Amino acid sequence: MSEHELTCGIEIHQQLDTTKLFCSCRSELAESEDETFLRRLRPTASEMGEMDRAALLEAQKKMSFRYQAPPGVSCLVDADEEPPHRADVEATDTVLTFATMMNANIVDEIHFMRKLVIDGSNTTGFQRTALIAMDGHLDLNGRKIGIQSICLEEDSARKVDVGDGEITYRLDRLGIPLIEIATGPDMHTPEEVKEVAMRIGTLLRATKRVKRGIGSIREDLNISIPGGARIEIKGVQELRLLPLYVENEVKRQRMLLRIRDILDERGVGSVEFKPVDATEAFKGSQSKVIKGALKSKGKVIAVKLPGFAGVLNGEDGSLRLGSELAGRARTRGVKGIFHSDELPAYGIEAEEVDALRNLLSLKDDDAFAICAAPKAKAMEALQMAVDRANEALEGVPEETRDPLPDGSTRYSRPLPGAARMYPETDVPPVTVDDERLRTIRENLPELPDETVKRLVKDHDINEQQASQLVRNGRDELFVTIAEAHGSAGVAATLFANTLPELEREGLDTDSLRDDAVMEAFRLLKEGAFAKEALPSLFREMCSGISPQEAIESLGLSAMSTDEAEDVVRRIVQDRVGFVREKGMAAIGPLMGPVMAELRGKVDGKEANSLLKRMIEEVIGR
Amino acid sequence: MSYSQTLSRRLDSLLVRNGDTLRLVSSGKVHEGTLMPHHDFSDPDVLVLKLKSGYNVGVKVGEEDTLEVISRAEVKKPVAKDEVVKEGDRPRVAIIGTGGTIASFVDYRTGAVHPALSTEALVSQVPELEDYVDIDSKVLFSIFSENMAPSHWQELALAVANELNKGAEAVLIPHGTDTMGYTAAALAFMLGEIPRPVILVGAQRSSDRPSSDANSNLIAALRFAVEQDVAEVCVLMHDGPSDDSFAVHFGTRVRKMHTSRRDAFKSINVYPLANISDDGTVINHPCRRKSDIRVEPRIELEKDVALLQYYPGMKPAHFEKALSGGKGAVIAGTGLGHVNKDMVGLIENSVYGGSPVVMTSQCLNGCTNLTVYDTGRDLLRAGVITVQDMLPETAYVKLMWSLANSDDVTATMQTPLANEMGERREMDV
Repeated sequence: MSEHELTCGIEIHQQLDTTKLFCSCRSELAESEDETFLRRLRPTASEMGEMDRAALLEAQKKMSFRYQAPPGVSCLVDADEEPPHRADVEATDTVLTFATMMNANIVDEIHFMRKLVIDGSNTTGFQRTALIAMDGHLDLNGRKIGIQSICLEEDSARKVDVGDGEITYRLDRLGIPLIEIATGPDMHTPEEVKEVAMRIGTLLRATKRVKRGIGSIREDLNISIPGGARIEIKGVQELRLLPLYVENEVKRQRMLLRIRDILDERGVGSVEFKPVDATEAFKGSQSKVIKGALKSKGKVIAVKLPGFAGVLNGEDGSLRLGSELAGRARTRGVKGIFHSDELPAYGIEAEEVDALRNLLSLKDDDAFAICAAPKAKAMEALQMAVDRANEALEGVPEETRDPLPDGSTRYSRPLPGAARMYPETDVPPVTVDDERLRTIRENLPELPDETVKRLVKDHDINEQQASQLVRNGRDELFVTIAEAHGSAGVAATLFANTLPELEREGLDTDSLRDDAVMEAFRLLKEGAFAKEALPSLFREMCSGISPQEAIESLGLSAMSTDEAEDVVRRIVQDRVGFVREKGMAAIGPLMGPVMAELRGKVDGKEANSLLKRMIEEVIGR
Repeated sequence: MSYSQTLSRRLDSLLVRNGDTLRLVSSGKVHEGTLMPHHDFSDPDVLVLKLKSGYNVGVKVGEEDTLEVISRAEVKKPVAKDEVVKEGDRPRVAIIGTGGTIASFVDYRTGAVHPALSTEALVSQVPELEDYVDIDSKVLFSIFSENMAPSHWQELALAVANELNKGAEAVLIPHGTDTMGYTAAALAFMLGEIPRPVILVGAQRSSDRPSSDANSNLIAALRFAVEQDVAEVCVLMHDGPSDDSFAVHFGTRVRKMHTSRRDAFKSINVYPLANISDDGTVINHPCRRKSDIRVEPRIELEKDVALLQYYPGMKPAHFEKALSGGKGAVIAGTGLGHVNKDMVGLIENSVYGGSPVVMTSQCLNGCTNLTVYDTGRDLLRAGVITVQDMLPETAYVKLMWSLANSDDVTATMQTPLANEMGERREMDV
């Protein structure tokens, strides 16, 4: 391990804007549920005859999967009712292009693999994926960041509902091509992680073949600290949260190392799983959870955790092994567990805690955990918790964790092993010949820095605006608008300033379609509204309505000069005393009320000159 | 495609075997991985290496590149199998393997699916089977069903009869789907009266896939065979894309109607024998009940029979040998059962010469009727045998059987023996 406080690698999954990878369905999301069907999946051994631990864990849950198959965006291939077609050429070329941009070594022949995933997110029970290139790099602020691998794979189905024993997925997303980029473990600060992610995102957008919008890019983080373990945080969608996940994971691993040291110092040994039926001790309990469980014929099962007092939840909440135990227990379908560090609480009284401590003959350093649920479930859950407690003696267990919106994470499953890959025999290998690579090298996209320079030079906008346009992948649209309507300045402000502001308000600006944006600028040029109205117009358009509808709903329809004159004249007449007193100095104070009535209907400059003329009329110049 | 001569020679000189770990240094780049079998569609100069990450990649070996063996493949010891405990008082179900997708695994060398999984291995992948009954499994063939010939049907019929006469509660036959309908019809005619059900089961997704329909079809077949009082030769497959509904078809009435869907098999002109869902099993037809009779198989077949599909422009000259030269033929005519005028002459000659001709319809759905149009009447005059709504494939199998087992082929062909034809067709079928 290096001298670094943390080591982090990223895996980026970006949807490509082509048809689906193994069929010719449109790669769009649908809002309809349509036909559904039900499937079950079973784990199978890999070509090496090994079973995968993550797959086995999923299989133990015995879930059924219901699939919604909207027409147009799903077909027999997605339903696993027809073998996959050949891998989409455009998607493959896009990945080859990106690999070339990263100076990576491209394989001579592409072999698609089946990666076993039996949580139902793939109808086949595996995800198709191929390694396209290895050992590339990118430069960031003079540092070389390794690009270990670049893969082409299919996206999974969208989870739309989780019921009792049944998960519902929609097939629209299944099969959309993804480029998967794995960096080396080369990042050592939370900010660096974000910068690398942003840089890769910008380079991906330069290929012009990637999708935009929520969920079209997802990041997995691999984080470890000295003495800790590799933890995978899977499926982060919000770039701005990346540094927070990294910070929190570092804290969590440090905490687990401290707990290990504390337990070590106490001489705590491996915990034996010896469940005790403690239902009697909680017979009259007022705790809602326990009352609910007992009412539905459940039991309260307890286990002893010798030597674990104070580390489950201690030192003002800075030691939190309890929540790790609970996370593991929840994978067995229980709502959670209670442990001695947090009790009495949640309606469980001190007397009940004492009675239980007696029943288990606990010493001061000993802790316990209880679970109230149907007996078999509670036992399984506590067994998981005890397993997790034993792992705490070793330090940090390797695992996959789910990101939560507040920047924290939650246990998801063990890290999958390499054994879950076997060849996708339905898709023939693709030889990458020199001719194809030459064509790709000769047609590499413009690099982002060059695009920024070109925009500044050709369209007279500032560099900060140009970088923003490139980062957001709006540069092509910007150029089209600038060339068609000559409104480069206005467009640059919209894309570089207004839209980011709207995003901060929580609006989904990625949902704005290019043709709608073009239409707005056409209407602007025709004088249908004034440029001051652009922010409010686009705010409306984010809800999915057309520019014309937005104009109507905002009451923006432009005013003729005569109408505008009448409005300004009325405002001036209403304040005639003030105007006579102040003279031309009244322009400033009066612009407010004038713009309040004319904003969006008359250009600001025009309103100003109208006001000036009306004041001159009144004061008789 | 196999390796090029050059690469083949290099691998031989290093005594390389699949599974060995190799290091290839190619223009400065180092590739290290386990050698995987060469794919049929791979470039002849490409080695397929499994990298540490689990990915396979193809790397081209140039003449200047250095290749060395880092370590040799481990020889895997076969895993000792648990002895299956037979509980004497449980019903015994025989499973007779014939091959097909249901009993297949992927051959990673060619990438193709091979029908060579042993029936025991198949059963061990579906441990639930033994929750219900004792399983007696054996492999009769390991072939894809397109390679099944009438001689296979005969061998299979004898094996099935033997199991039934030894007291099997049911016989399940995992079978390739392409010709499963033919085999089912053949068994139905050859076995005649049977005391217990004989169920052919297929799969459209091989057993090595998590989403295989093999397991659910096998379990459903076993439960149907044991729980229902039905003793027929039938086919059981998915009833739709879902893993929780199945259809049981009469072996003489079923046809593969889709190349790849799980619910490819459909009963034609009748409701399925039964529909199975989570709500239970609905039996749609009166059928033969379980009994204690002995099976007396009649497996003789006249194999010199042809099955032809009529098409516009069909030239009699091309088919003279098939019709007049053979022992009999079935034609799938157009519409109600028609062929062009030229073919009528050939048919007439054939019938005159002692080779019966049976007319069915390529519409599949509906009954033939040769009294409506002139062509039909001409065909009747020529001596063609009509068989109502019998499927062309079923008629082909039945004609082979009738020629070998009956003195009056026309009468036998026109008498229902195994639910293969009917008078009524419902509106919603």
